[in-house]
Amino acid sequence: MPQTGFAGESLSCLRGERLVFREVSFHLEPGGALLLEGPNGSGKSSLLRLCAGLLKPAEGRLVYKGRDIAQDPEAHRARLAYVGHLDAVKAVFTVAENLAFWAALVPGGAGRAQAALERFELDHLAEVPGRFLSAGQRRRLALARILVQPADLWLLDEPTNSLDRAACEALTAAIATHRSGGGLVVAATHVDLGLGTVPVLRLGSPAPAPAVAPEVS
Amino acid sequence: MSAFSALIARDVRLAFRQGSAATLSVMFFFLAVMLFPLGVGPEAAILARIASGVLWVAALLSVLLSLDRLFQADYEDGSLELLALSGLPLELTVLAKCLAHWLTAGLPLIIAAPVLALLLDLPAKGLAALLLAMALGTPSLSLIGAIGAALTVSLRRGGVLLSLLVLPLYIPVLIFGVAAVEAAIAGLPSISHLLILAAIALAALVLCPLAAAAALRLSLE
Repeated sequence: MPQTGFAGESLSCLRGERLVFREVSFHLEPGGALLLEGPNGSGKSSLLRLCAGLLKPAEGRLVYKGRDIAQDPEAHRARLAYVGHLDAVKAVFTVAENLAFWAALVPGGAGRAQAALERFELDHLAEVPGRFLSAGQRRRLALARILVQPADLWLLDEPTNSLDRAACEALTAAIATHRSGGGLVVAATHVDLGLGTVPVLRLGSPAPAPAVAPEVS
Repeated sequence: MSAFSALIARDVRLAFRQGSAATLSVMFFFLAVMLFPLGVGPEAAILARIASGVLWVAALLSVLLSLDRLFQADYEDGSLELLALSGLPLELTVLAKCLAHWLTAGLPLIIAAPVLALLLDLPAKGLAALLLAMALGTPSLSLIGAIGAALTVSLRRGGVLLSLLVLPLYIPVLIFGVAAVEAAIAGLPSISHLLILAAIALAALVLCPLAAAAALRLSLE
């Protein structure tokens, strides 16, 4: 059993009566990144939700630094940042207010809000209410959120949806900074995030063969 | 500012920005109470007799009306799963949201109640008991309602089901709330009814966040 990093050990996921995937394993060392690929419905989002602890694996377990995450869910929540399909942007709050709320949930978050806005070029939109934002701007705001809530493990579900080229580059840079500090990234994506050569976990190989995942490190 | 108070402040501000907060439930409270003089006739004796019951039923219904916004909006825009992943335990998240709900939907009713009591000619002896009973009873309404709101959060049209789930659970608050006012009007001590209302509120304070958090975890899977 690995004592460092984040690992999934022969995970299976059931949604309702349907087996989404089974026997999926991966291992990430500190500073590592993992890309999830596969067709729609192959379980990329489900695997990310498993990693976040929002779903419980039907079989297998997730291990962080040698400890099963189910043993201490609160500690796991404190070290992860999750960006799902939804942007969680309140229409009646301005960009700055939206971000300030998420910053207030963590100690010292407020001091990082301005830098996070600048990183994703949202500083000139700070006073604009959420309902006037475009899809890409809302996505940038969702990504800025993970910069104000510092976490070891980033779980990104299609983070580049609606993003323009400049914002994609800002995301790539943010991920690089995060990894250079020993952070981990698991991302589901269809496009090249510009992360260089990182291990890829391909989900949804043709039935009936089980989804074979490489033991990556 | 701690995460708990940040969440309360956010929910209160959201409720006021969306204009659905104090104004909406108080307007409903006023209208529902004002229907009774139109329905049963303007005889002061009858109105005074039914005033405490009318005020409590209208308060119950107007709290119920605002329950669906407790978790629904956060569920739909993804905030709820992020709150579930935040450092704040989900039980405390529920408690903070209940407190914010009470501040925006329960407290305004208590402030409006004396005016409506005057309108219905509630005997002046009962007014203090009415306000005390509402102050003790309305927090329970928000807390008990949170269970129903959490159970129906993932349903698109959960409003009717929410009422069916929650209204029967509101009956004890209604009974003892009305009894406290009636006792005061009759010149009897209302302390025992008020103590039972306080006991219900304390039990709800402990149990309802646990139950609602468990229901939310199921909805988020």
